[in-house]
Amino acid sequence: MNQQNKSISNQQPYVSGNRLSVWLERSAPTIFLLPAILIVLFLSVFPLILSIYLSLTRLKTVKGATEIQFVGLKNFEKLLFGSSRGEFVGVLKGFNPKDIELYGSGFNAFLHSLTPFGWFTFSVVSVLFILAFISYLRSQTRKAGGVVYRLITYTILIWMTWFMLSNLAGRPGSVTVTLCFVLIGITIQYLIGLVLALLTTQNLGGKRFFRVIFLLPMMITPVGVAYAFRMVTDTSKGPLKPFFKSLGLQDFSWVTTPWGARWAVIIGDVWQWTPFLFIVLLAAVEGLPNELFEAAHVDGASRWQIFWNITMPQLIPVSVTVVLIRMIEAFKIIDLPQVLTSGGPGTATQSLTLHAFTTWRAGVSGLGEATAIAYMLLFLATFIGTSYANLIHQRFSR
Amino acid sequence: MKKLLAILASAVMLSMAAAQYEGVTIDVITHTGPQIAEPLQRRGAEFAEATGAKVNVTIVPFGELYQKTLTDLSTGTNSFDGYVFAPQWMVDYIVPGYLEDLTPRVEADAAIEWEDIGAFFRDFSSTYEGKIYTIPMDGDFQMVYYRTDVLADLGMEPPVTWDDYLAIAAAAHGKDMNGDGEADYGSCIGKKQREQGYWFITSIASSMIQSQGTGQGGFFDPETMEPLYGPNEAFGKALDIYAESLKYGPADEINIGVGDTRSLWKAGRCALTLDWGDVGTQAIEEGSKAKDKTGAIILPGSKQVLDRATGKLVDCDDTLCPYAINGINHAPFAAFGGWSGAINAAIDEKDKAATYAFFSYVNQAAQSNVDVTIGATGFNPYRTSQFTNLDAWEAAGMSKEAAEVYLGAIQQSLNSPNMVLDLRIPQNQRYQQQVLDEKVSQFLAGEITKEEAMQQVYDGWVEINEEIGLEDQLAAYRSTLGVKK
Repeated sequence: MNQQNKSISNQQPYVSGNRLSVWLERSAPTIFLLPAILIVLFLSVFPLILSIYLSLTRLKTVKGATEIQFVGLKNFEKLLFGSSRGEFVGVLKGFNPKDIELYGSGFNAFLHSLTPFGWFTFSVVSVLFILAFISYLRSQTRKAGGVVYRLITYTILIWMTWFMLSNLAGRPGSVTVTLCFVLIGITIQYLIGLVLALLTTQNLGGKRFFRVIFLLPMMITPVGVAYAFRMVTDTSKGPLKPFFKSLGLQDFSWVTTPWGARWAVIIGDVWQWTPFLFIVLLAAVEGLPNELFEAAHVDGASRWQIFWNITMPQLIPVSVTVVLIRMIEAFKIIDLPQVLTSGGPGTATQSLTLHAFTTWRAGVSGLGEATAIAYMLLFLATFIGTSYANLIHQRFSR
Repeated sequence: MKKLLAILASAVMLSMAAAQYEGVTIDVITHTGPQIAEPLQRRGAEFAEATGAKVNVTIVPFGELYQKTLTDLSTGTNSFDGYVFAPQWMVDYIVPGYLEDLTPRVEADAAIEWEDIGAFFRDFSSTYEGKIYTIPMDGDFQMVYYRTDVLADLGMEPPVTWDDYLAIAAAAHGKDMNGDGEADYGSCIGKKQREQGYWFITSIASSMIQSQGTGQGGFFDPETMEPLYGPNEAFGKALDIYAESLKYGPADEINIGVGDTRSLWKAGRCALTLDWGDVGTQAIEEGSKAKDKTGAIILPGSKQVLDRATGKLVDCDDTLCPYAINGINHAPFAAFGGWSGAINAAIDEKDKAATYAFFSYVNQAAQSNVDVTIGATGFNPYRTSQFTNLDAWEAAGMSKEAAEVYLGAIQQSLNSPNMVLDLRIPQNQRYQQQVLDEKVSQFLAGEITKEEAMQQVYDGWVEINEEIGLEDQLAAYRSTLGVKK
């Protein structure tokens, strides 16, 4: 009995020690990760929350201090409907005071909100989105949540397409200017990067040399690129002056018009970032299995058929990933327009980040509005990025 | 024997001074050089040698200087002991208590010869509510410069009105003015956005907006704080003149700043330019093709001025334009006010003393009377002795005639009873750099019409007034104009 009791009493500490070790074992990941999680939360979430608060305030200098005034959504209201609307949203064709005078503000204004080419583009893009939605409805993997999500996302994307085209026909604000830099820039970068990747995998002389050369622009600081392009675009003093002069263009400046300046920024961005797409696509092209190409050759496939039916489908997963990475980065463009054109002429090349920066530096009360712009950029980049990731990335990266 | 004693005395004083700030580092921030930063660095090295203090000059682009200064002061970072900035910004730093009151130090400092500094720079650029907060290092007025040889060839007189300015620019545009075989420009104005453009449009508009003396105000109606930059004929005509001048400038004029236009002037490529005093001194620099061919004149005026009740332009008469010269209303614009040094109130007493001593050293006549004659400094005359002593100018390479014309134009501006004071109310940056500059640039780029630009500037200024507080802003504006109710 005593022995039994003894064994029981001996067992108690063992059981509790066992429980402790089990708890420790179970909690170990949390215990080890907690400090890191707290630090990450502190570094990323805390500034995010603080900046939400700042976006709802205005700063004012008062005797002896800087006062923070809570103004609710006034900063956002100012951007979307108030005095900053012209810079942020821009002017929509058909819906500006002059057009409203001509066409009224109803359906007639909507009809005049796009140019004929704009309506054509809008129709094509809308049809593509609608077809994509119908395709999902017909798919066997559809879910109720997926249908609702797609319905909302495609509707917003169609509206955004109209908004952007109408804005381009009117006067683009920093939202549309940023979208132009992102969409046009990345499209060109992808196409050039793909062509260069395909070229440098051919059996051509000097391909190793060119691989290095094509990578160089990416290594240069964006401010350096902007200064270089500032000289290149200068027809009257720059290094290309003799070239421009030979074309009779020495008294002409192509960065003094809104679209000339926008193209200068896009060209600079393309020059700088094409190497990133090139290097990723080059790795993908080099990793493609030879057997498929050999089989295609044996079957007598043409070069185009091989590219379209064998190379491209295999490159799509890598392509959508690299475009997503590049897109997230491109939304934050500031260095090129700031150095190359100072966001001008006017506000023609003012990206959202540059808009936030210039608003911040204009005065103490600009901090709240600048933070509101930064939040709008976050919403826009997140919406486009997640829509792209959910609708395209998931579909093609499999 | 006397000489020996003097040498001994100065050696003793120097050794005492050399120990005075030993171990002190003075961190100063100003805008990207070479102008302004250059004399601070050069004089900083001299000051270090004499006192033992080390002077670090940090430079940032002009467009960022206001906010960098504000951020450093308001966040308590206090990375800098001294700030060399536009005096019109000082109100935003003084009200929260960030800047040191320098009045006792100035009063105790005989070497600074405070009374030798022009009254305008002492009162407007340095003083706020009766206390001295900045030490002036520069005197700023905008003027029009003309090529004497080009005008002589054209048989034209220097521009007295803005219409004259455009007529000369049109006549000279396309002519080879420096003998390189290339067509040159009738007018060069740095219109680049977020640089100095908003001061230039103000220089043009002022001649039509303010006619009854400084107290009338050139930006707002001092009775109601109603913006004078809005849908009225004066601002409209100023925009027309500004846009018209584009035709006679370099093709990329809306993308160039004063750094570029000054280079063009020195290269002999412009018949006219609108600028601060820097052009006069840079024109005599080595290699300049405009040396002894640069004339300066008070800002051109207008025969018509704004009727503030109707928004229309009306002809000048004795009542409307009491200070008109030959029926032409001139309103010289004290743009910017001149680079001035302020001291951080939150630093140690020893650092404050050292920073003050450094600013005082730069300001003292022995240094500044030389520095204002050197183009690379960016400093323009602001002391009475700099206007009266022509020897320094001649020693710098300016002919006596050129010096008289150059200094005469500045003095005429400085003495004008109708001088337009730059905006010095809280958050003036937002009115000028954010709203005015942006809308004028959009207008020049063809993004918005003249009518839209006028309305949007007006709306923007009204909105800022309401945001900050109309009554507070009105009181501040009246105070800067010296208007007492």
